[in-house]
Amino acid sequence: MTAAMFCASLDDLVAAIPDGALLAVPKDNSGVAMAATRALVRRGLRNLHLVCVPTGGLQADILIGTGAIAVLETSAVTMGEFGTAPRFTAAIRDGALLMKDATCPAIYAALQASEKGLPFIPLRGIIGTDILRHRTDWKIIDNPFAKDDRIVALPAIRPDVALFHARSADREGNVFIGKEREVMLMAHAAKSTLVTVEEVVEGNLLDDPARGGAVLPAIYVSRIAIAKRGAWPLALGGMYAPDDAAIGRYVSLARTPEGVMQFLAEWDGGAQAAA
Amino acid sequence: MIPFTRTELLVTVIARLLQGCRHVAVGASSPIPATGALLARAQSQDGMRVTVLGSHKQNFFTSGGVELFDLAAQGRIDAFFLGGGQIDGEANINLVGTGSYPQTEVRWPGSFGSAYLYFLVPRVILFREEHTRRVMVPKVDFISAPGSSDASVFRPGGPHALLTSLGLFSFDRAQRRFRLESVHPGHSVEEIRDNTGFAFDCPANVPSTVAPDAATLACVRERVRADVGSTYPQFAARLAAA
Repeated sequence: MTAAMFCASLDDLVAAIPDGALLAVPKDNSGVAMAATRALVRRGLRNLHLVCVPTGGLQADILIGTGAIAVLETSAVTMGEFGTAPRFTAAIRDGALLMKDATCPAIYAALQASEKGLPFIPLRGIIGTDILRHRTDWKIIDNPFAKDDRIVALPAIRPDVALFHARSADREGNVFIGKEREVMLMAHAAKSTLVTVEEVVEGNLLDDPARGGAVLPAIYVSRIAIAKRGAWPLALGGMYAPDDAAIGRYVSLARTPEGVMQFLAEWDGGAQAAA
Repeated sequence: MIPFTRTELLVTVIARLLQGCRHVAVGASSPIPATGALLARAQSQDGMRVTVLGSHKQNFFTSGGVELFDLAAQGRIDAFFLGGGQIDGEANINLVGTGSYPQTEVRWPGSFGSAYLYFLVPRVILFREEHTRRVMVPKVDFISAPGSSDASVFRPGGPHALLTSLGLFSFDRAQRRFRLESVHPGHSVEEIRDNTGFAFDCPANVPSTVAPDAATLACVRERVRADVGSTYPQFAARLAAA
């Protein structure tokens, strides 16, 4: 079983994602599988329902810009200090995707519902917002245990696939995630989990009491592929910083859809190695 | 009086607004609120805990992004900062865009955690440096988070103040109105009226925003600058140049 988890290439890894999949990904710099995203674009996947946990950035913008996304569920899409996300902004303007605006804790809570096998979960706040007015899939219910207490009920989010990048895996398929707990939540909630890692380490990660608590056990992991600097141009916590020059290059190129393709071509041509 | 910058004035006002808090959280990409919060912590003789999202040194969370929201719902966060591409006179905030949704004319990143934290954190400080009629509108085009709620909604939190580059407002939750508390040095009530698209309460004599004293400025320029530098190095360098 374990040997079969390891994919020979990123193309093999993303072959497990079907068109139209509900795909969950973490926020920028929390273990975004950028190298796998490049492979995903190469495969030409379409009609993805992307759930950003809880916000999106470079990865979401590239997937939007290459036409892979039909539905986008997120609390925000931002390039941080680089400003607005160009393809996201254009897609909203053109009505090119179905936008499901959310708020960060709602995305976490809806994943936690799936983690617990629950059909829905209540959450405070949200009542009176235009987010709720447009989210016809979210309901207001009465607290069954108290009088005059209305509360929002969110349907569980059950991703078909959770995709993220992490520091290392062992040969059993256990994955060291460090402090990036959202990827643990994503994996618990998803039907399948695809992981890229910087390296495969010897021994069993769960045997180390100092690190075991920061390990996603192999039971949640479907497939693993090695991707050195697999979060580039984004950061990987504790290992490398974001490549600001490359992100800035993307933001200036991505004013047009052709610019996104040029960025990807430069990436294939070794922009990462040059960094 | 020692000369000071606008940023130094704003962080001093923020620190004053945070007095008495046990735990203040600051969102990502918010260097001035973070500096104000770290100043308040320094002035509290470290009686205050400050969590700065996006920071390695000033962030104690170990359960991922969800921890901030869980703490807020339990009442373990006393103050937080929100902004808005638009803010109206009832303290509704819009972080989504202008025009009609979803194909807005201008699209901003999104609501982030505002639709939740605004309800749950007792002292939400609305911070937006730009004070123009483009931002301070009669009515927001999209409510990311409402300034007030009816009694059937659990709401221990809400707007406490609105701080801009021109002045400081408080918010009366019963009346659903802002009140101009002070005007920053070099600006006037008329200038604020001219640049505000909504009506607000205004006393006959509006005081000038209290300037930072020598001890506060020294604290900002030394200790706080070092604290904020671990998260916002370029911003901290500019603080020093003041």
